[in-house]
Parts: sequence; C-alpha cells; structure tokens
Amino acid sequence: MEIYRRGNEVEISDLDPFLAELLRQIPASTNTEDSPPARERIYSAPADASHEEICTEWKIYVEPELRRLFQSATETVAGDLEQLNGEENSVSNCTLRIPTRHADAWLNALNQARLAIAARCNFTETELCDHDRSPVGSRRDLSLFQINFYGFLQEFILREVGEVMNGHGS
Amino acid sequence: MGWLASSLDVLDEKASPATVEQPGLEKETRGEEELDRPWQVVVHNDPINLMTYVTQVFQRVFGYPREKAERHMLEVHQKGRSILWSGALERAELYVQQLHGYLLLATLEKI
Repeated sequence: MEIYRRGNEVEISDLDPFLAELLRQIPASTNTEDSPPARERIYSAPADASHEEICTEWKIYVEPELRRLFQSATETVAGDLEQLNGEENSVSNCTLRIPTRHADAWLNALNQARLAIAARCNFTETELCDHDRSPVGSRRDLSLFQINFYGFLQEFILREVGEVMNGHGS
Repeated sequence: MGWLASSLDVLDEKASPATVEQPGLEKETRGEEELDRPWQVVVHNDPINLMTYVTQVFQRVFGYPREKAERHMLEVHQKGRSILWSGALERAELYVQQLHGYLLLATLEKI
C-alpha cells in the first residue's frame, strides 16, 4: 500500500484486498447500537452524575446534534468508499482517492470507529501499545490491527491535510 | 437548536447579570448562583485518541497556539487530565460540546 497527497486528494494506492476490506468496514465499525460500552464512550456524559440537570439537558439537546454530526461524517466516508465497490471479490489491488475537503469527515469517522472498536473489545493500554501484533491470530487481534491501521490513516491525514482542520471553524 | 441558541445569547463574558436574569426566563434557566460560579472544562486521557489529533483539536476549539495546545495535550497524557478553560457555565458547555464533537473525553466541573 502507498499513501500520498496529490493536489487536493489523498491517494491510497496499491491497496490489497485485505486492507480494502478494512476500509470498507469503517462505516459499520462506527455503529454503536449493538454495543453499550461503545455507545457510552461515543456519547459520554458532559459532567458527573451530581450535575443532573446538565446531564439531562445534554441528552435532550446535545446528543441528537452529535448523532447528526457523526452520521454526516460517516456518510461522507461511506460515499468515498464507494470507489471500492465491486472490488470485494477481486484479488487485484485497488486505489482510493479521498478529497482533502473530506479530511474532517474522515478524521471524525476514523476516530468513531477506533473508539467504538476499542470499547467493544475493552483493550488494555498495553494491548493498544502493541503495534506489532499480527492480525491473523483471532478476531481480537484483527480488531487491534484495525484500530492501528485506522490510526495510521488518521496520522497521515493530520500531517498532510492538517491545515484543513485548523483552517475552518467547527 | 434552542439550547445552543440560548447559550450563544449569553456567550459574551462581559454580559451583566441582568442579561441572564431576564423576566420570564427565570423558571427555565438555572439558578443565578449556578450560572455565576466559575466552571472548568476538563479533558481526560483516552489512550485511543492520537496525540497529534488532540493537539489540533485544542488549537481549533480554543484557538490556542500550537505550543500551548501541546502542553495541555501532554498534561492530559501524563497526568490523566488537563483544565483547558474556566469561566461561565454557558461557554464551558459550548466548549465541552465542541470537544465531544471531536470525540474527546471532556467534562464540566464546578470550581
């Protein structure tokens, strides 16, 4: 796999079918419906339980806004990933081009996915620091690899397109 | 969003207490004492969030220069938490909302 910035795009080329499949799984990985720990992490409380009024108002007014924000980011990423459609059963490598204007959405969706996976698997800090573990041992190993792979993409986008994130109000 | 809009209305830190104490709003808003007491925005450590990401979020949300944002990020990383801002409740809530939008673990705490 090669990743580089080319003008207004981040290009990930020579994607083997395994990595392409991991990318296709980003939107599904952000889903928190099946996992209370993931939901609790993505929609964490804004204050401790003693501030009941703040927490209640947050649930009513802020959480729906956050859901819309996260959903919008995931949809943008899913749209970009359509480039990989039809390649599911292919053994040949493929290329994904991400417009730099979608950098914020990618950073957000990748973060959602990493946090949700980590919460589902309840990884320890030691495991999270193990960047050399093979992805082929177990489902847990694969999930850890997924977190690290998505983190690598985040780092690249931050480094290459960071000014996009800094250049706009939220 | 009504809650956000009402919060934005009182964003001006120079606003007098009278701005908060509008007739008819008393029952719908929190007590004056609670609004006036300083609050702090705390970001907690999360081993998943990348250090570079956290630094950029602090720059973006608070407008901090890179060095200051990095100092806060390192404090979060090394001490488990960092106080990013303190002041009026409404503004603190908006900061926490923005930080949650970037998926950081952030909370409001009363000083």
